[in-house]
Amino acid sequence: MLARVLRSRLATLLFLAAVIAVIPFLAPSAFYLRVAAVVWVFALAALGLTILMGYAGQVSLGHAGFLGIGGYAVAIGPAQFGLHPVLCLGLGAVLAGVIAYLVGRPILRLKGYYLAIATLGFGVILALVFHSESQWTGGPDGMQVARVTLFGWRLSGAANWYWVTGGALLIGAWLALNIGVSPTGRALKALHDSEVAAAGAGIDVGSRKLAAFVIAAVYAAVAGGLMAAMNGLITPDAASFMHSIELVAMVIIGGLGSVLGAVVGAAFLVVLPQALTFMHEYEQAVLGLLIMVFMILLPAGIVPTIRNWLLERLS
Amino acid sequence: MAEFLQLVFSGLTVGAVYALVALGFTLIYNASDVINFAQGDFVMIGGMGTVFLAAAGIALPLAALIAIVGAVLVGLLLHRLAIEPARGASPVALIMITIGASIFIKGVAQIVFDKQFHSLPAFSGDAPIAVGGATILPQSLWVLGVALALFVALFLFLEKTLLGKALLATAANRLAARLVGVNVTIILALAFGVSAAIGAIAGVVVTPITLTRYDVGTLFALKGFAAAMVGGMGNPLGAVVGGLLIGLLEAFGAGYISSTYKDAVAFVVILLVLFFMPRGLFGGRSVERV
Repeated sequence: MLARVLRSRLATLLFLAAVIAVIPFLAPSAFYLRVAAVVWVFALAALGLTILMGYAGQVSLGHAGFLGIGGYAVAIGPAQFGLHPVLCLGLGAVLAGVIAYLVGRPILRLKGYYLAIATLGFGVILALVFHSESQWTGGPDGMQVARVTLFGWRLSGAANWYWVTGGALLIGAWLALNIGVSPTGRALKALHDSEVAAAGAGIDVGSRKLAAFVIAAVYAAVAGGLMAAMNGLITPDAASFMHSIELVAMVIIGGLGSVLGAVVGAAFLVVLPQALTFMHEYEQAVLGLLIMVFMILLPAGIVPTIRNWLLERLS
Repeated sequence: MAEFLQLVFSGLTVGAVYALVALGFTLIYNASDVINFAQGDFVMIGGMGTVFLAAAGIALPLAALIAIVGAVLVGLLLHRLAIEPARGASPVALIMITIGASIFIKGVAQIVFDKQFHSLPAFSGDAPIAVGGATILPQSLWVLGVALALFVALFLFLEKTLLGKALLATAANRLAARLVGVNVTIILALAFGVSAAIGAIAGVVVTPITLTRYDVGTLFALKGFAAAMVGGMGNPLGAVVGGLLIGLLEAFGAGYISSTYKDAVAFVVILLVLFFMPRGLFGGRSVERV
């Protein structure tokens, strides 16, 4: 019974919903809600990446670039063209998807290290563009993002953003879970195991990989847009190499291919620096150490390890 | 023409450093199939270590030597504590481990050293030497000379010594090397140690020109990586050519197009090479592998 629950998609979703619903009652102050909202946003970006990395087995070391595209869309659209922020969130997602589609075609033919360096290069170039085109992006200091108003209701405050981001994460998780069992998801898992075998079984390997890349880009862009609107500020740092690495680390530490894993990984890497503020000097050293320790000692990631342990005990 | 020559000089100087970083990549990649993202941090350790030891009153050559030995120790520790225990992990996992190591080294460096930019005095003065209408700094000659010496030394080491041949054998076929009595573990440690030394030496000679800080390693690693890949991963000659090429293109890009996107040049090049020649300039031919 419990074994079935552990494998069920609905249970995953309900569990996530329950966590999102309960936290506001446990949080002692608005600060905790804010941190949680940041976790949900990063979890959303990590979810996209888990579809690409966990399902399809392709890596992207430049994914923060898409985060930046979403963020700057929400910043530039209202400021330069007077568009509504929510429309810009959608436009940013579409733009990220189109760019991912165009770039993904040649990039995804590459494998292993070559794919890693190509995506990395792409991310660095995007970050440089955000950094340098200051008439659009405000340069290294970034730009303000106008407050969002929806039907006369001004979206501000930690609590409001908590529910918006939590809701977005739930929708994202629901989609990711369903993609996992859709024909595309099954095709991705097949080509993850063996591209030759998948192609032999009639799967169009190239276009399925591309689909995963585009989906991952759209997730990241939406997350980036929410992040920028929530912070009221976007800087080129959002698209930095370091951010790309953090996203990949979230996916791997939480557990490759696991929806809950993406959330746990995001929570881990967002909450940790907050917990370490008293030893701010050591933050970077601790982060690097943790990435190494997790990769060496717990390569499967937190969530799959716990799940397998539970399943083993039950059987 | 003078401007062109000037750009060639600066391109070759930086390119020589990229080539050294790429050579370090190649050495470790061939011996262990690991892409070591912490390669650039060896450059930083060499530079920062020398700066701080020299500031503590130690003579410059001795300070440089200690810093290089320090970098070698870090390289050996990296292999022993992070790469060895993760043997058999996937490429992505290994990438993440070395990136974690790189972040860790930077984190420790900003505590042990500081977060400021530092420089070293040029080894033989700052008086520019005029060549064909352009000028070249004596320190640039140091960089080029040291790079050349390192290339030759590495070549002789690999071709003429038993240890070097054992390293080549391990790179060619680890199991076969083990069967003929090569201690593969020691050879892998050696590759990390030599790589770290190369990186640190590059860091010492280039610091008077480019300055150094706890986080300069990232760009050196990324560009050295791009250089290694442009030349064809695992090919030492390719690494050198790739490094010089990226240095030159970067200088021309900054001089003739826009200095804003100087740092993007390496990545545009790498994307183009990967799209059109996925195995790099020298990857197609079967050349000797280090």
